[in-house]
Amino acid sequence: MPEPDDPPLLEAITGATCRALLQAERVLPDDVINAIRRARQAETTPIAREQLDRILENITLARESSVPLCQDTGVPVIYLTLPADVPFTRGILDALADGVRRATGAVPLRPNIVDPLTRENTLDNTGPGMPAVHVRPGEYLEITVLPKGAGAENLSRIGMLLPAETDRIEAFVAETMLIAGSRPCPPVVLGVGIGSTFDGAAALAKEALLLPIDTMNPFEEQLCGAVNRLGIGPMGLGGKVTALAVKVKKAHCHTATLPVAVNVQCWACRRATVRVEYRS
Amino acid sequence: MNLTTPLGDEVLRLSAGERITLSGTVYTARDRAHARMCTQGIPFNPQGAAIYHSGPIVCADRIVAAGPTTSSRLDRYTGFLMDAGVRALIGKGGMGASSVAALQGRGVYLACPGGCAPLAASHMALEGVLWEDLGMAEAVWVIRLDRLPLIVGTDAHGGDLFSAVHAEAARRYADAYGSGIASCRNPGPAD
Repeated sequence: MPEPDDPPLLEAITGATCRALLQAERVLPDDVINAIRRARQAETTPIAREQLDRILENITLARESSVPLCQDTGVPVIYLTLPADVPFTRGILDALADGVRRATGAVPLRPNIVDPLTRENTLDNTGPGMPAVHVRPGEYLEITVLPKGAGAENLSRIGMLLPAETDRIEAFVAETMLIAGSRPCPPVVLGVGIGSTFDGAAALAKEALLLPIDTMNPFEEQLCGAVNRLGIGPMGLGGKVTALAVKVKKAHCHTATLPVAVNVQCWACRRATVRVEYRS
Repeated sequence: MNLTTPLGDEVLRLSAGERITLSGTVYTARDRAHARMCTQGIPFNPQGAAIYHSGPIVCADRIVAAGPTTSSRLDRYTGFLMDAGVRALIGKGGMGASSVAALQGRGVYLACPGGCAPLAASHMALEGVLWEDLGMAEAVWVIRLDRLPLIVGTDAHGGDLFSAVHAEAARRYADAYGSGIASCRNPGPAD
């Protein structure tokens, strides 16, 4: 069992965070690439096909040249699982931030993180409350990164629906995409959080983006169908595929509430997981 | 058709949906650079200029990745830029009705596929930088384009691909759910 804040453990966490960002920024997961290829097959107009052809060409170029897929290397969101023998400490949070700083030079990441009011840039993609870290217990020490681009993040939305409005969830999700329109770089992935609390629904929506998008349950299929019937299409230029997938996560909520959050994700659904081997 | 900056009246003959390539010098600008232009003036010759809505990754004087950012954030500046003689705005996602109006008879909006950053960068060479104090994402980078493929999103006659798609999407939404906003009603105090 490692001592709390054991230096080799912290270094392993920093290194793994940097490696996860290197992977996520340059190589899209197979389920996402396959979904984009399926979208290319589904589209019938030259303009929609051309957008997806360029996206697929860009995915190959980024991987082969070892450069980021998008100049917006995103805001660093990290999901950490800790096994029972690793205590959660301030030192671990610092090690994750160090991993983001290291990745800023190594990937390279664009310096994106600023004070919300002065807009002063920290230049290293960290700052108070950044990276955003979510911790849960797990069998292994694993670091999952979800570098989230701002164009799509800006179109995300939460609604405190009435408890009787479960039949309006589909309309809320479709409306969120209607408002977003061409702006979030469609075809998008929509993470939908239903239940919990005001803040909890938003967290669920983001976690839903970690789920593989090659399968959807019937409810997710229903929501995805509703979004795709809008016809916004690749890059908002019209087409059959506006959403590659809709993924839903639920939690129980107060009897008087129905929180519904939609986290909009561009086609570059970047995520990567690295397991930290720390047991000697 | 290949166009080269500085641009002139040839942009007035373009139609929404047309594919072109663009060569010559362009200038990146995002939120902070646009805001500063309004108070300090445009830091380059705007006559016939093309502005690229982008915050590239630049590493050792090389453009690594430079896809477009969301253009509609910059709607409020389109009239000011057209008044100054700018002829083309390049970005993603299209622009709002005020920009479509401001472009009429003066300039065009050119759409680049969002997120395709290394692909766009493969058509670019870095020439310089202005207002570098704004930081990598917000500085005005001076870039030489070599036949960057673009689609005319908004032409100088009110033709706009994005608003046509949006109007159809809004009609389909209203057909399915009615025109009311489904969300954001305050259900009153919970017990």
